[in-house]
Amino acid sequence: MLDPRVLHRVKKNPAAVVSAVFLTAMVAACVVGPFFLPSALGDPSAIQYAPPSWEHPFGTDLNGRDLLYRVLTGGRVSLLVGLCGALVSLFIGTAWGLVAGYAGGRIDSFMMRVVDVLYSVPRLIFLLIAINAFNAGLQEWASREGWMWLVQSSRIAILIVTLGLIEWLTMARIIRGQVLSLKERQFVTAARALGQSHFKILTRHLLPNLAGMIFVYLTLTIPAVIIDESFLSFLGLGIQAPQASWGSLLADGAGAINPVRSFWWLLVFPAAAMALTLLALNFLGDALRDAFDSKAR
Amino acid sequence: MLAVLLKRLVSLLVVLFCVVSITFLLIRASPGGPFDGERKIPEAIEKQLLAKYKLDGSLWQQYSGYIGDLLQGDLRLSTKYRNRSVNEILAQTLPVTLVLGGSAFLLATFAGIWLGTLAAMHRQSWRDFGAMFLALAAISLPSYIIGPMLILVFALTLGWLPAGGWGGVSHLILPALTLAAPAAAVIARLMRGSMVEALEMDFVRTARAKGLKESAVVYRHALRIAILPVVSYLGPLAAHLLTGSIVVETVFNIPGAGGFFVHSILNRDGFLLGGMVIVYCAMLVFFNFLVDLAYGFLDPRIKAHA
Repeated sequence: MLDPRVLHRVKKNPAAVVSAVFLTAMVAACVVGPFFLPSALGDPSAIQYAPPSWEHPFGTDLNGRDLLYRVLTGGRVSLLVGLCGALVSLFIGTAWGLVAGYAGGRIDSFMMRVVDVLYSVPRLIFLLIAINAFNAGLQEWASREGWMWLVQSSRIAILIVTLGLIEWLTMARIIRGQVLSLKERQFVTAARALGQSHFKILTRHLLPNLAGMIFVYLTLTIPAVIIDESFLSFLGLGIQAPQASWGSLLADGAGAINPVRSFWWLLVFPAAAMALTLLALNFLGDALRDAFDSKAR
Repeated sequence: MLAVLLKRLVSLLVVLFCVVSITFLLIRASPGGPFDGERKIPEAIEKQLLAKYKLDGSLWQQYSGYIGDLLQGDLRLSTKYRNRSVNEILAQTLPVTLVLGGSAFLLATFAGIWLGTLAAMHRQSWRDFGAMFLALAAISLPSYIIGPMLILVFALTLGWLPAGGWGGVSHLILPALTLAAPAAAVIARLMRGSMVEALEMDFVRTARAKGLKESAVVYRHALRIAILPVVSYLGPLAAHLLTGSIVVETVFNIPGAGGFFVHSILNRDGFLLGGMVIVYCAMLVFFNFLVDLAYGFLDPRIKAHA
């Protein structure tokens, strides 16, 4: 999928390499880590607000739950929503941009006009409203169908879909721009002369040429979706207790520091986990983008 | 010029109308009413309440009645904060939000332009790398990480500034800084890119050739062209700073409109939410319009098109 020359260029960027290694470690820790820890750590206990120690490296929270365990399981939710939401947006944005760029003319200008209008709408506000409007409906429907797992994680499912639905605009613009120049190239003319259908030209000829670009913007969309999710969770409108995500942990942490007594670890560790992940994703995305750009020149 | 203004005004109204309609329908279509509290209300009282807040009748009647009231400038009563009108709540909270957003806007613009210009003037030096690293960090981190960390360091550990609340200038510093950081970073990056390009242009060479000081070349000649991408970003930025302050107001306990925004959603306070959405969207569209005007003013080659 990635040109080896591009990979080589990325490898020469120390920030990108460090980011890639860190991200791998973070994902592994969040996905596999909780299995190696006793699951009782995630349950309430009598040890409230214990500062970091050997037993609880990140300390414990109001309900005596181990914060390391919470950060890892919360990271699972944040990363899952980030990745899946970005994939949803990637799918919509790619399809939209491909069709608009390839069709051209009136269809193109109409489709891009839609993107412009959607850009000017305050998206997170609509998201807030939409989540509240749809969540009850989805839960009712899922429990009628007997899908208990969906009832429990209805918020996660809704977050993935709605965040995907609002983050695809940039992707659509970029893909369209690429398609506009690609479709004038000779291999497309050749394919058309050979009588291939529009669908095949789109999927077999244009899409493979866009794969690298799509990958770059996937790495840049993931942090955007993670931020959106944590924004909602921070305000108490996203992931609901007892489930956690980095956003809801940060909300707890921000509430736990005050002039009287500040339980700083509740803020610092979730903030560090999320901040480092976001930084690494952005460094990696930027490095990938630069690597592609210099290929274009 | 007048025709452009009128066209803009019409499109503003169309966007507002769509936004209000969608908000209203989403709120009314979602299950649960505004009076579903902990206690069950007797049916007769609920009926009276619904009549008082004009929530009886068919969905179409409610909708058309609401639009009619809006046209007369009446944002109706809040269903949660009983007997207070939405107009009243907005009049009290919006100034706070505007002061916070406005100071963050100024801070972000000046800091961003300065940092970006500095990076462009000293390309590939430690100043450039430092400024751009700082910018990437500020862009990547959301305000609910930056804000509480600032509180922890400057308010609780060092004790220099208050941790929250609203009052004098000292209450404004940390929230404005939190709100401005990512915006300043975006501006710095834009500014650096366009300034690097501008410094290679012919008129800059001319300015240098006639012996102008470097600072005059940069700030009087190159800046005028290089600032254009920044100007086009200022419109969305202004709107973003005013809506983005929702989180900052929550973090710093500031009695602005943002808190009411969130609570209006949680309380299914439809008319309050509607009023908030109208104000926020109007600001968004209005600032974009201002930017188009400023564009034509800064670069005479661009005519203000509709």
